[in-house]
Amino acid sequence: MADRISNETIEYVGMLAKLELSREEKEAAGRDMGRMLEYIDKLKELDTEGVEPMPHLFPESNVFREDIVANGDDSEEILRNAPEQRDGMFVVPRTF
Amino acid sequence: MRKEYETVIGLEVHVELATRTKIFCGCSTAFGGRPNSHTCPVCTGMPGALPVLNRKVLEHAVAVGLATNCRITRYCRFDRKNYFYPDNPQNYQISQLYLPVCRNGYVEIETGDGGKRVGIHEIHMEEDAGKLLHDEWQGCTLVDYNRSGVPLIEIVSEPDMRSAEEVIAYLEKLRLIIQYLGASDCKLQEGSMRADVNLSVREAGTAEFGTRTEMKNLNSFRSITRAIEGERERQIDLLEAGEKVVQETRRWDEAKEVSYSMRSKEDAQDYRYFPDPDLTPVCISEEFLEEIKSRQPELPSEKRKRYREQFEIPDYDIQIITGSKHLADLFEATVELGAQPKKVSNWLMGETLRLLKEKELDPEEIRFSPEHLAALIALSESRAINSNAAKQVFEAMFEEDVDPEAYVKEKGLGMVSDENALRVTVEQVIAANPQSVEDYLGGKERALGFLVGQTMKAMKGKADPAAAGRLLKELL
Repeated sequence: MADRISNETIEYVGMLAKLELSREEKEAAGRDMGRMLEYIDKLKELDTEGVEPMPHLFPESNVFREDIVANGDDSEEILRNAPEQRDGMFVVPRTF
Repeated sequence: MRKEYETVIGLEVHVELATRTKIFCGCSTAFGGRPNSHTCPVCTGMPGALPVLNRKVLEHAVAVGLATNCRITRYCRFDRKNYFYPDNPQNYQISQLYLPVCRNGYVEIETGDGGKRVGIHEIHMEEDAGKLLHDEWQGCTLVDYNRSGVPLIEIVSEPDMRSAEEVIAYLEKLRLIIQYLGASDCKLQEGSMRADVNLSVREAGTAEFGTRTEMKNLNSFRSITRAIEGERERQIDLLEAGEKVVQETRRWDEAKEVSYSMRSKEDAQDYRYFPDPDLTPVCISEEFLEEIKSRQPELPSEKRKRYREQFEIPDYDIQIITGSKHLADLFEATVELGAQPKKVSNWLMGETLRLLKEKELDPEEIRFSPEHLAALIALSESRAINSNAAKQVFEAMFEEDVDPEAYVKEKGLGMVSDENALRVTVEQVIAANPQSVEDYLGGKERALGFLVGQTMKAMKGKADPAAAGRLLKELL
């Protein structure tokens, strides 16, 4: 079952996730994902005919907030998450 | 010879909603704050932060849906659209794919060829992304997340439009409806309304659609028109040369007026949508719908109908005035203050439009108040100022909303009602122009007009021409 995920799939998923993977990492990822799919196959054995998909664990709905400004200027705190910052902005590798 | 082609166009229109706070957090949506001063763990995608839907966003979305004849989805949900790009720190955009809030609507448009319906496939709620600033010098990109999480609705039309003219008519109609609802100011230049154009061509008479392209970065009616014309020609040229149109996203270059392919291997469009587990589903109750319906304002078509019945002003004036929420509000408020509708309409259609055009402003940017317009009309009606002075006052009002009465006093624009002063001037004019006096007495009526003009000039325009004429006749 280890090769049910093709190399192309691994490369494609890696590209979508903007990851550069070495040959070893690709193989390891293939094995991991193969095992996950096996588990999904196990779940598929259940008869789910007529069962609604359940995206949420709790039967909650309509949780709203009112349109009132509750947050002040926390940019200093927020920017502490930036690997690098300049002029109050996050610095990231060039995208152009 | 070239074959006949038909252009098929559908639009995706993004509209920034007029809320105080973002769609999923209590950060301000105010424009122009210091970079990242309107951010929090939710809109910067910090692990563990929980989004909660702003009720106002749902209200606006449903109001727009109702005004565009949509069916409201009574049980709707949010989905995650996954992509990796620094404008989006969560690595997914919260949007709606499977159960959008509105579906199956339409708007009526008018073009030179008559009326037509443009179908609305769906309207969904989603969040905006942050703003990227490119530093060419340092070779890096800077990110400001103030716009991240600002609420948007995306209005997806059916491929029902056939020309740039229909596209513009559709966009103007949408903008007008949304401005009337107060759901957004819909400014293309400032990005609070943005349109992506999906376009394909097919041989006239063919039933199937051709391969379409999507064009982005269109931020004025002019660039939309130019982009549609350019893309239509590009696709026809390809087909005529026996080549195929490639389905792709193209970016419009405003300055060069050409579009470029944005396709590259690195951005495969595979968003792997799935329901967002952090947000609860939204159940729209009958009460909620009724509440929104009861709050819907009078929409453009209803307003036009009422104006035709209520005011004796030309149909053309009605079209123009109701064509802007602000103009219509200004018109009604001024009439409410007692001004005669026709006079108000004349000021709006004449001087107001002239100055707007001259200064390249939108009607939404008019600054003078209905109180001041009503006061100016009253001054003019009571003949306290003549028409030239009225125009001068109006220009000052247009510039900085001056109080017309105070302005007339300050600048000494009021007419001289002092009969003696006028009499003295008239006597001087008669003495100074014996030839004209003789002509008039000899039966040349036109000579009187010249003498009135001379009197007005001597009074520096502050006389009532009718009174001057009366006095001249009396004294001759």
